[in-house]
Amino acid sequence: MSETMASAPVVAKPRRTLTRAVIRFAGDSGDGMQVTGEQFTTEAAWAGNDIATLPNFPAEIRAPAGTLFGVSSFQLQFGSQRVYTPGDQLDALVAMNPAALKVHLGDLKPGGILVVNAAAFEERNLARAGYERSPLEDPGLAEKYRLHQVDITGLTKKALADLPLNAKEKDRCRNFFALGLVSWIYTRPLEPTLDAIRKRFAKNPQFVEANIRVLKAGHAFGETAEMFGEHYGIEPAEMAPGVYRSMTGNRALAWGVLAAAQRTQLPVVFGAYPITPASDVLHELALHKRFGIRSFQAEDEIAAMASIIGAAFGGAIGVTASSGPGIALKGEAIGLAVMAELPVVIFDVQRGGPSTGLPTKTEQADLMQAMYGRNSEAPVVVLAPASPGDCFFVAYEAIRLAVKYMVPVIVLSDGYLANGSEPWLIPDPAALPDIPVTFRTEAAGFFPYLRDPATLARPWVRPGTPGLEHRIGGIEKEDVTGNISYEPENHDYMVRMRAEKVRRVAQEIPPTTINGPHAGDVLVVGWGGTYGAITAAAEEAQLGGKAVASIHLRHLNPLPPDLGQILRQYRRVLVPEINSGQLVRILRAEYLVDAVGFHRVRGMPLQTQEIHEAITQLLEARP
Amino acid sequence: MSPVAGASKAAQGGPHYTKKDFESDQDVRWCPGCGDYAILAAVQKTMPDLGIPRENIVFISGIGCSSRFPYYMNTYGFHTIHGRAPAIATGLKLARPELKVFVVTGDGDGLSIGGNHLLHVLRRNVDVTILLFNNRIYGLTKGQYSPTSEQGKVTKSTPLGSAERPVSPCSFALAVGASFVARVVDRNIAHMEEVLRRAARHRGAAFVEILQNCNVYNDLAWNVLYDRESKVLAELRLEHGQRLVFGPVDDRRGLVLDGVKPRVVRVKDVPESALWVHDERDRATGLVLAQLWAPDYPIPLGVMASDETVPVYEDTLLAQERKAIADRGPGDIAALLRSGETWTIK
Repeated sequence: MSETMASAPVVAKPRRTLTRAVIRFAGDSGDGMQVTGEQFTTEAAWAGNDIATLPNFPAEIRAPAGTLFGVSSFQLQFGSQRVYTPGDQLDALVAMNPAALKVHLGDLKPGGILVVNAAAFEERNLARAGYERSPLEDPGLAEKYRLHQVDITGLTKKALADLPLNAKEKDRCRNFFALGLVSWIYTRPLEPTLDAIRKRFAKNPQFVEANIRVLKAGHAFGETAEMFGEHYGIEPAEMAPGVYRSMTGNRALAWGVLAAAQRTQLPVVFGAYPITPASDVLHELALHKRFGIRSFQAEDEIAAMASIIGAAFGGAIGVTASSGPGIALKGEAIGLAVMAELPVVIFDVQRGGPSTGLPTKTEQADLMQAMYGRNSEAPVVVLAPASPGDCFFVAYEAIRLAVKYMVPVIVLSDGYLANGSEPWLIPDPAALPDIPVTFRTEAAGFFPYLRDPATLARPWVRPGTPGLEHRIGGIEKEDVTGNISYEPENHDYMVRMRAEKVRRVAQEIPPTTINGPHAGDVLVVGWGGTYGAITAAAEEAQLGGKAVASIHLRHLNPLPPDLGQILRQYRRVLVPEINSGQLVRILRAEYLVDAVGFHRVRGMPLQTQEIHEAITQLLEARP
Repeated sequence: MSPVAGASKAAQGGPHYTKKDFESDQDVRWCPGCGDYAILAAVQKTMPDLGIPRENIVFISGIGCSSRFPYYMNTYGFHTIHGRAPAIATGLKLARPELKVFVVTGDGDGLSIGGNHLLHVLRRNVDVTILLFNNRIYGLTKGQYSPTSEQGKVTKSTPLGSAERPVSPCSFALAVGASFVARVVDRNIAHMEEVLRRAARHRGAAFVEILQNCNVYNDLAWNVLYDRESKVLAELRLEHGQRLVFGPVDDRRGLVLDGVKPRVVRVKDVPESALWVHDERDRATGLVLAQLWAPDYPIPLGVMASDETVPVYEDTLLAQERKAIADRGPGDIAALLRSGETWTIK
């Protein structure tokens, strides 16, 4: 199909079929690498591949050009088989400048494709990247990798020579030359990118023309330039039939809220304070007032949390989104929601910490904060999505559980899920579980803390209901009446009740899915965004004939009722996490199982290969 | 506009309440002699006049002695956490704009730990009535200086005297854009009731500073306004459209404005037309008034500013929602899921 896009007919170069490829676009923050990566992802999705992506960018808005810390990159893995992760080592790297080469070359496989924008390897850029002389002059580079030095800057300029754009405007198109070239190398269709260019620059036909020309020039360059001897095809993956879209985790969280708003027909007050990497949830929900979303940018994290507690008291659904530092600020207010037993949902899009830490990088180190990060005994329900698309279902489930049990629910997403995307089979919203909401209106026999025997939920009463006027608050409540009580035995009882109510949520948890044999040598237990890497590593071990299985926990508090039984069916339990060992501690405490952890806290997703090595080591450590 | 539900119904002969209907069954637990008792009685007595069904009224408080208030009102109530009542009230109003919401706070709760939230609820002009009980001390924690304590104040936490300058609650409120600002004193019950009624009927954020006596930790902090003799020259009663005059009947004093500088004069020394006429609608001169304090000036009591033209936050926000639905219909998640770039796998 790509041949139809070429401007001149040429002799077709040989095409080799691969099952998967991992590629990374890297350049300056201002080089448009995120757009390039997203656009290539769309092309691969059109071609029917399964995909996982990893955008990676600096926290600085406009980092100084050419510097190592200003490098922005976008990685994806696409394949004709199931793709679980963005991949470990790269099959291809596009480096738009020396800094990008320096930062990323170490991840390129020996023999991998290396495309560099040769024009950018001039003195100033080399110095900024800390190169004394150009690495392109090192003959070792071309020996170790399939190096393609392309004058992307010059070729872009040439393609646009006759267009009335200024030099800067022309130069800004160069990322699309790289995209066109890589699209040719992997024979991905240009149509979705052409569409996107037409939409994006609809108001400026000059820019449409320029970007399309450069994109096609890059494609044609691959086709005609002698330096490219062959190119590659990747067949469509066998995926469940249906209509797909690309989905990021933050958008999925927001849309899960919309689905719940429509199902319950209740207003949603979404109170949030801007924080990386959670702000996109606020941006997305602010767009959807038609769903009854009252999005509120609060004055601070505490006010954001407080506003949704007020909303829940008023009979609306209260939702907030933040990241670790913001969750720390919300802690006291979350405790109030525990005490007042009001349904609120808190999205924690985890990032590297402590303190400001690594705002744009991923981490899984807020599990203990979600579980225990409040004063006194303040249990909440804790859920974690496993993939970007899964965020939709988990957000919806969080709201369902919150209103059913009158309890705060924390959802632990992370920076990788938030910004990463996957091809997502669009669900039928009618098939989502129902979210029944009953507001008490009957005055006879009403007490604010008289509990439902099955769920232990207290009644939800909307102010405005005659005869049910009552007062609640953060001071300990007397059982049933809700009056202030300092009575010692009552406090002990209420502490137990609040914990028991969260435990009752276990009755909602379906049997755990075991990926692999139901008994064996090693069980790998994960949670959250490490699902892909863990599953791929376990499957690799299974292909190697090992008795290895994996499970992934979506419910972290309470834990699945069948978990203890499952853990005992394996000789060893391995818990890989992007923290210093948090779930592993909980599992050891809860089940007295000798689970071992695997921890890397680099701000990056865990790699399949390193988890596989950890499994292998554990297998070999047979006593 | 989303007026309080049932208010019009009440005007046409809806609920007829007495003070007793607003008294809850809880034992009031303030210290004997506390100024809060008078405020509670005044609020309970004012409620029937609002004509709002009791079930549509919510009292929200933070932490401190004043914040126990909701427990004693037979309405909906929420005793929350320190300083955050304005934010909780904002969320409630977003969810339920038709409710009549009061926030009860104190000088520590509202101006120290919750200063940020008070700023933003006022500048947004959320439709809530805020009662700030100012006793210039932390009472519930047993006697530390507060943000309104006078400089040099000796307390448990400032044994050698406080080094801090006090904040003026009304100046703060006006400076951040409050649309209704008033001050009353706990020992003038009739005046307090009159101002509370006006504040409660104001659409938008209404801020009332109530000078309140803590007889245990800061007794007679407002004595200048309690004492029969001193209050004659210390109290300036504000009346919209009236000249700002005060003092003994036989030797009246008045305020004149020299540019933006207020000056105290003897009434008999100036032509009547030179005296400053109070205009509640002018928030700029309201701010000048709010900064006056004894002994150089009299202490203004009453409504300093009342501006109904300031848009109400939730009105604007909900109008956006209604317009979005009117223009494009209610949200449809099935359609949204299939919007944008999609592809089919067979």
